[in-house]
Amino acid sequence: MPDQHGSTAPGRVRGGRLARAIRRALRTRRGRIGLALTLLVVAVAFIGPLIPGPSPTALRTLPFAAPGHGHGLFGSDDLGRDVLARVLHGGRRLLLLALASTVLAIGLGAVAGVVAAYRGGWVDALVMRLVDVLLGVPQLVFVLVLVSMVGPAVWLVILGVGLSHAPQVARVARAAAQDVTERDYVRAVAAWGVPARTVIRRHVLPSLVTPLMVEFGLKLSFAIILIAGLSFLGLGTQLPNPDWGVMINENRVGMSSNPWAVLAPAILLALLALGVNTLADAVARANLPAAVAEDAAMQLLATESPVTDPGEPDAEVWA
Amino acid sequence: MPRSGPEVSTTVPDDRAPADPGGGADGVVVRNLSVCVAATGAAVVERVSFSIPAGATLGLVGESGCGKSTLAVALLGLARRGLRISSGSVRIDGLDMLALGERQRRGRRGSLVSYVPQDPEASLNPVHRVGSQLREALAVHSEGNIDTRLQELLAEVGLADSQRLLRSYPHQLSGGQQQRIVIAMAFACRPRLIVLDEPATGLDVSTQRRLLETVQRLAQDHGCSALYVSHDLSTVAQLARATAVMYAGRIVELSASEPLFEHPRHPYTEALLAGVPSPDEPRRLSGTEGEPPGPGAWRAGCAFAPRCTRVTAECRAAVPALERLERSVVRCLHPLPVAPTRRRNERLVGPLASESPSGSGLIVRELCAGYGPVPVLHAVSLDVAPGGCTALVGESGSGKTTLARCVAGLHSRWQGEMLLGGQPLKPSPRARSTEQLRSIQYIFQNPFGSLNPTMTVAENIEEPLRHFERLSATARRARALEALELAHLGVEFADSSPVRLSGGERQRAAVARALVVHPDVLICDEITSALDVSAQALLIERLRELQLERGLAMLFITHNIALVRSLAQRVVVIREGSVVESGPAEQVLGHPRHPYTQQLLRDVPRLAVAAPGGP
Repeated sequence: MPDQHGSTAPGRVRGGRLARAIRRALRTRRGRIGLALTLLVVAVAFIGPLIPGPSPTALRTLPFAAPGHGHGLFGSDDLGRDVLARVLHGGRRLLLLALASTVLAIGLGAVAGVVAAYRGGWVDALVMRLVDVLLGVPQLVFVLVLVSMVGPAVWLVILGVGLSHAPQVARVARAAAQDVTERDYVRAVAAWGVPARTVIRRHVLPSLVTPLMVEFGLKLSFAIILIAGLSFLGLGTQLPNPDWGVMINENRVGMSSNPWAVLAPAILLALLALGVNTLADAVARANLPAAVAEDAAMQLLATESPVTDPGEPDAEVWA
Repeated sequence: MPRSGPEVSTTVPDDRAPADPGGGADGVVVRNLSVCVAATGAAVVERVSFSIPAGATLGLVGESGCGKSTLAVALLGLARRGLRISSGSVRIDGLDMLALGERQRRGRRGSLVSYVPQDPEASLNPVHRVGSQLREALAVHSEGNIDTRLQELLAEVGLADSQRLLRSYPHQLSGGQQQRIVIAMAFACRPRLIVLDEPATGLDVSTQRRLLETVQRLAQDHGCSALYVSHDLSTVAQLARATAVMYAGRIVELSASEPLFEHPRHPYTEALLAGVPSPDEPRRLSGTEGEPPGPGAWRAGCAFAPRCTRVTAECRAAVPALERLERSVVRCLHPLPVAPTRRRNERLVGPLASESPSGSGLIVRELCAGYGPVPVLHAVSLDVAPGGCTALVGESGSGKTTLARCVAGLHSRWQGEMLLGGQPLKPSPRARSTEQLRSIQYIFQNPFGSLNPTMTVAENIEEPLRHFERLSATARRARALEALELAHLGVEFADSSPVRLSGGERQRAAVARALVVHPDVLICDEITSALDVSAQALLIERLRELQLERGLAMLFITHNIALVRSLAQRVVVIREGSVVESGPAEQVLGHPRHPYTQQLLRDVPRLAVAAPGGP
């Protein structure tokens, strides 16, 4: 901290709150590991389709051929297709669907929760009881009912997965927002007669970035598992398109001859869930009020005190 | 308040003086006590030495962040998380607390040394009745009949030994009663040293005075040494026989209280004293910009040099040693001479500001308000003239904040009449005109909650402009910078996060946010209660200037009656929701007629050290 106020302003703010929250998390080892794992899987899913190689849908060899011997790095699947090619092509759609439905879940849930907290009274009661009803329906059953009624359209999967996760987000957002709406800076703005939606948008939501980011990480990995599960049940990706969830389903009968047809997509899904959650956890820990304060304190302590002082004369001030 | 009984103002007997730090002398002897940051080794408290004879009280003063509380808990052998006691000794009756193992030390806490924290609620268990907590404190450390001791103890701290009290949970007691329970627990095992860390902060003046008298009597009766840590210099002057002034982890002046408060020798002590308002006459307050450097940010040389008026090149070269000067020890190369009379701030003469004839401004008539079925205000009436300051004075729970919130539109359940510039004010902000909303601005008590931490200071100040005026981004920014200058906060703070500002700086940013829309009425709700005297003095002086420059009307709400003297033209004293006395400041504070006002004025601590033998 500067002791001469004329020279430098204390702690100039760089970037938005979101950027700062992530930067703090990436200073920890936990955050870096989480980011590395997430990026690894994302790279496989998005760069994979660009890598030249055999077609993921071409029948090339015997079913369940073991790796090597001209059968590709991971062997072949139940129809003799190249497992490596299917792994490289089978992640992009899954990740995009999961991302879209998570954004929807966080958006809906945050708005519902924050409006409930800010308005209070009957609005709060109505929104939260609706949330309770939705929470009573198991997520997979909810999506299955929707998809089996209309058919496995992409928008429906996004809507279904998003809607099934939104109630939990709403609960978290409401709890966090209740604390923020009690703050004086929110009250001050309300006392100027500023409309509620402006107060919520400009003053309440930005303070909820950290809890919502953590929710985002959790819900993203839940959505991936839910969507992979839908594909496993045959209600997601349509055959013969490759998909990590579908691959696990198709190839489990041939586990003994070529386990890689199941293991490769399963490991990628597990790594993604692990990475996203580790990152979310790091963001949460690094942005706890105590951690933020400590972070600021440690920056202050970067320089060591050069001062030494001789012993002092005793003060006989009591006589 | 008598600072001490007649017997204590006499000289301490020689055999009790802390002559030999290694011997078995009575009292407390602290030698070269240092506390550092465990991770980096940066000093937080550096080589502090002092002694407290048995039965005497040492005051410890300084701004927030100067290491007072760290030093206080170090006397118990404790350090906050991340800190470490690096060296030194704390001998209590000859026994070195710091040389003991942690287990032994724990056994001695309570019987050898005990601690009274600032917030009594935090140190009482909310799910146990106070009776069982007191019994527990007695049972852990002492033998004998617990019920007899309990009765003695309650009598000692001035609490009635009623079953109703003992069966209460902490939240059912008032702040004063809670603090008495904590003090009873602290004295339960007859400690040799009691460390009081701001024990009376947050209590009303009358409660505070009675509490401090109790502490003093107990310490004297039991020959217990006391360390009284406070940022409130007036209470220290009343209570402590000697006072140590701390700055940036070092003692800068240590002296008997009388010379210290009458003739401060260190420029920092003088600066602290210059910020203290007097309840007896209106005086200009003078504050010192800046704040103590944090651990690790200490420069070579005297830590106070950047803020000092007497600084020379030598001061920045090396840390001055503590040197003996007549009756004090002072860490300064250029100590102040002993002036023939006590230095005082300039007296404000004449009217503080010119009030315009009433008729405009803010008029409140017969205001009744409450929360649910509970009435809080009973027919309160007051006037705030343009260019004038009306102070609303009362203890906590008297309804003064509720009144402010009614005026600001933050509380809508009231009946009565409110006029702003002759126009009626509706309860709900939505029913008020934009012009009315603009012309009343509110400054909150807590500087740490009133600015949005996700925005920069300038963005916070621009926020009301976005709502009240249509301006381009450049024009808005220009207005925000202008308001920053008005509030005497440098423009270099514009792009900082409010989180990085000190309490005083944040409160000035809040003032800037209120001023940016050119209001007619400013409502200040206990705005200095979280600030150090120096920051308080700077803020009050700035508000007085603004009142003169801009004809601003102010409703100033406070429990600090001394502060009112330097700022307000009119004073309204409120008690339990009803006005007990109101009128011009000179009359209400100079010649109070209501017994309650008289008592408030009598109980408010004064900087002057009480004469030996009491007033």
